[in-house]
Amino acid sequence: MTPAFAVFLLVGTIAVASSILVISMRNPVHSALFLLLTFLCVAILFVMKDAEFVAAVQVLVYAGGIMVLFLFVVMLINVRHLPDEKVLSNFWKGGFAVGLGLFILFISVVRPGVYHDERLDKGRLKRVSERIWTESRKTPGKFVYRRVHRTNANSEAVGMALYNDYLVPFEVASIFLLVAMIGAIVIGKRELSAVEEETAQQFILDRVETEKEVKEAMSA
Amino acid sequence: MLSGTLFTVGLIGVVIRRNMITVLMAIELMLNAVNINLVAFSHRLASLEGQVFTIFVITVAAGEAAVGLAIIIQLYRLKSTINVDEARTLNG
Repeated sequence: MTPAFAVFLLVGTIAVASSILVISMRNPVHSALFLLLTFLCVAILFVMKDAEFVAAVQVLVYAGGIMVLFLFVVMLINVRHLPDEKVLSNFWKGGFAVGLGLFILFISVVRPGVYHDERLDKGRLKRVSERIWTESRKTPGKFVYRRVHRTNANSEAVGMALYNDYLVPFEVASIFLLVAMIGAIVIGKRELSAVEEETAQQFILDRVETEKEVKEAMSA
Repeated sequence: MLSGTLFTVGLIGVVIRRNMITVLMAIELMLNAVNINLVAFSHRLASLEGQVFTIFVITVAAGEAAVGLAIIIQLYRLKSTINVDEARTLNG
């Protein structure tokens, strides 16, 4: 048993245990904190699999962005839970059955150790292929594109792949984020007119009551 | 193996919980399991496509969380509940 495998077992156990705690906690804040622990464990697993850039994105986006969003919403929606209120939904029996069936399916398909071998080319994940202008050998003085492979950091390799081979999906993803942002704003804002009418009436009522109080105080 | 376990926990969480925020968290768990799978196979096959796809999955997860939480807030304003079982009508 190599040290890497021992670390994998430890981190994986923590991840699975905290994910079970995520869905079994009664308080959503506790769930969110255990979800944070799961995300950090997954980031450690990414580092172990030579994916440092994805691990950094995981920590920044999930642990930094999405968790803050969840905690904001939990604090915005201040639901008081009664201690004897039931946690499970009405479909919990079917849900457990489907989950168990899927788990058995996974176990039977992916037996541990099937996909492990040590023959892999570990350098390829860190190799950058780049097109640069070099002088042509056949006709001196003329410059041609040539693909150059060199070993470099993982984030540079991912960036090269993202901006060369996956440029169009990258731009589509940015447009997707814009649409999601606009959609979230449109859905999340309250109707202004109704709120203004309500507050205006409330404000007038408050004014009337205070004027009554002032008159009573003056006459007394 | 780990990915399958995490995915199963996420799926069970989606189906059995009543609190909608917890259901969204379980969806994030499932997406994380998929990410683990993608990165592991990217390592196994020594190609970068898995990591690039993981980044796209994280992007989609961020957008999905934002829109889902906005829907939850609006539902809470409308019905003052975030219970999955009580949100069964489509028209307000």
